[in-house]
This record gives sequence, structure tokens and C-alpha cells, in this order.
Amino acid sequence: MSTDGLPPQLAELVEDFSDVGPKDRLQLLLELSRELPELPARYADAADTMEQVHECQSPLFLAVEVEPDGDRLVHLYFSAPPEAPTTRGFASIMHAGLDGEPAAAVLGVPDDFYVALGLAQAVSPLRLRGMAAMLARIKNQVRAEVA
Amino acid sequence: MALPQDTDPKLAEYAHPERLVTTDWLAANLGAAGLVVVESDEDVLLYDTGHIPGAVKVDWHTELNDPVTRDYVDGARFAEICGERGITRDTTVVFYGDRNNWWATYALWVFSLFGHPDVRILDGGRAKWVAEGREMTSEAPKPEQVDYPVIERDDATIRAFKEDVLAHLGRPMVDVRSPGEYSGELLHMPEYPQEGAVRGGHIPGAASVPWARAAAEDATFKPRAELEAIYLDEQGLEPDDEVVAYCRIGERSSHTWFVLTHLLGFAHVRNYDGSWTEWGNSVRVPIAQGTERGSA
Repeated sequence: MSTDGLPPQLAELVEDFSDVGPKDRLQLLLELSRELPELPARYADAADTMEQVHECQSPLFLAVEVEPDGDRLVHLYFSAPPEAPTTRGFASIMHAGLDGEPAAAVLGVPDDFYVALGLAQAVSPLRLRGMAAMLARIKNQVRAEVA
Repeated sequence: MALPQDTDPKLAEYAHPERLVTTDWLAANLGAAGLVVVESDEDVLLYDTGHIPGAVKVDWHTELNDPVTRDYVDGARFAEICGERGITRDTTVVFYGDRNNWWATYALWVFSLFGHPDVRILDGGRAKWVAEGREMTSEAPKPEQVDYPVIERDDATIRAFKEDVLAHLGRPMVDVRSPGEYSGELLHMPEYPQEGAVRGGHIPGAASVPWARAAAEDATFKPRAELEAIYLDEQGLEPDDEVVAYCRIGERSSHTWFVLTHLLGFAHVRNYDGSWTEWGNSVRVPIAQGTERGSA
């Protein structure tokens, strides 16, 4: 399974997923969904400043911050309801894999990296579209910040 | 043996009250011999976070669809799906799920393709059960393997294919997608993954009735009089009409199929599961755009 071009934490996640069978991949996704960090208070009180990822089948809101200096480290914040564990799991993959990475590394993630997670069979290709959209929107915001 | 019908007065008003149960009925009958509760959700992981005690999971993407051909599973596979969940041909199957029972009605529709006799929906679904503080568990049930016969799927009575829809043009149709999908606007969002169709709009002549209009705030079905106000008075449909319902892939429209067939007593409703992802990609089929129904 190729992890070329992926930041180390994301590469590790991809390997975790590809090392196990479809049923265990779902279990892994469920565990990740529980690990999605709570939204910091400054966003909890200002949901309208976040961007909605409409392509997800459940409501998901996203905020991207890029540090002004140095490596322009990227910080990600997500909000998704507990009754949307799959969407939370996808967000958690993004958070665990990309939060704290330099802007250049985030922009360098291949758009189709999620294929390597091997979730198409367990989750269905349709549901995976939300994941692609999440990455596209993160990159758009990062691009706008560093431009 | 089928379980007794729920005699709740709200349900009694519907054309086929035997197709629904209330949360009270289900709580009182949980664990009864001859009953299997099936959770079917939009979210593939939701069941695993906690479910009604004893309920089994059926996921439409990964279990009810054939993995290769765009079609439902065949009779042999359906028999396995039921058998390993403890469902015999005589079992009363109660479906429930997230999002106003959207996927639960879809699973019920697929079970109906195989003519499973006793299928019912939990009115209000997962949301109402949870809102009432009823018991949930993440303990996986261990159903006893049983025999389910291999039944040939009936694709003629409640299912429509593209050719059927072409032949049906000019007669009643219901597009249950959002207004933006109906008018065709939603295909004009650049850069992001699309709905999977190369053309936007609706099938000419189809009425726009978004599926969730049939659901009340608490995820139950609206009372019969309110449903009649929408589908009969406002849209002009008659219970004798032959109706085709569609959405994007046939899931939201199975909810409307359930409402028209079992709650309002329409006798000839078919769900076009190819829906917009087939129609909007087909060469030379007629399409109408904008908010007017249009004609073919």
C-alpha cells in the first residue's frame, strides 16, 4: 500500500487500516470517531464562522487555522453530531493525520489518498465522497491562507 | 406466527396499520418469539454505537446491494442474510433507523421485493426511541441460524426500471429530492464532488414533493389527514393512480413509496431505484429544468 506523499501520522493511519480486514476497518473507524476532539469554545459559540462540508451525508462543519509564521502549521477543527459516527470517523482521520502539519505537507496530500484506507468495501464508495470533499475544502482554505 | 397488530389509534387511521408499530408496542414485545428487530441506517457505524436490545443490523450499501452489478442481492443471498439473523419466512420483522426511517423504509422495500409477508416500521424510528430514553445497548446479539427459503425477487410490482419510466411518461410521478436537485441547480457547484449525474433537472411531468415532508418533527409519520393534504389535495394524486417515485438512487423514494402504499393505500406505486443517477446520465431521455413539472 503506497503512502507516498503522506505526512507521517496520516501514513501510519493508512497502514493501520490496510493491515486489517474490512470488519476491523469499521471497528477502527468507530474508535477514531470517539477520539475526535471537542470543539474549542471559540468555535462552539460561533458555528457560523465554520465551513459546512455539504458533501457529507451528515452535517459536518470545519474550521482551518494556519499559523502566521515559520512552517505555517495547520490546525483543524471539526464539528459533527454523535449520531453521525462515520462522518466523525472521517473527520478524526483528517485530524489525527494532518493537524499540526506544515501547510506544504497538507497541500501535498494526494487527493485520492483515502482509497488506500481500503474503506470502499466496508463503507461503500458513495459514503467515501465526504472524505474527498473534506480534504478538498481543507486544502482550499489552506491555499487561501498561504497565498 | 405473526405478532399481534399494534392497535394504537393514530396508526389505525392509516390504510395499512399492520405495517407500523409504536415505540410502546415494541418495548412491550421486545424478545417475543417470532419477532426480529432490524436497524438500518444511513450511517454505517451508528448501530455499533448502540442499538435497541436484540436488534440486528442490515446495511443497504454493503449487504442489500449486489457488490458487482448495480442491482439488489438475489434470492440465494437474501436467504443467507435473513437466515444468519434469525429471520424465517414467518418472522415479524420490525425495521427502524436514523433520519426519519429513511433507510429503514428502504430495507423494508427490498424485503418486499422478496415478498416477505410481515414487515413493519417502528414509527419515529431510532430518534423517537432514544428521545424517550428507552434502553439501548452495544451488546451484539447472537441470533440462532435459521432456514430462509430461496425466493425469486419480484421486480415487476413495486420496482420500476428506466424502460418502465419511459413508458410511464405522462402519468403521475413524484420526485422526492430537494428543490435544488429537482430544478437542476445543484449540479452547478464547481470543484466539489457532484451528485454523480451529468445532467440536472427532473423527469418531465414529475411533481416535486421532498420525501421528508411526510415526517413530523419527532420523526414519526404525519397523521393520515396531513399526508392526504399533501399528496391528494395539493398534488392531486388519487389512490387508484399508477405512480412512480424516484430520487437519486431510490432510497429517499422508498420512504415515499411506503407512505403512498401503506399509509394512504395507493395500490400501484413503483419505486424507480435507478433514479437520477441513471436518468441524469442516460442519452436522449427527456429532462425538464426549473420549478415547473414540464411535459415529455
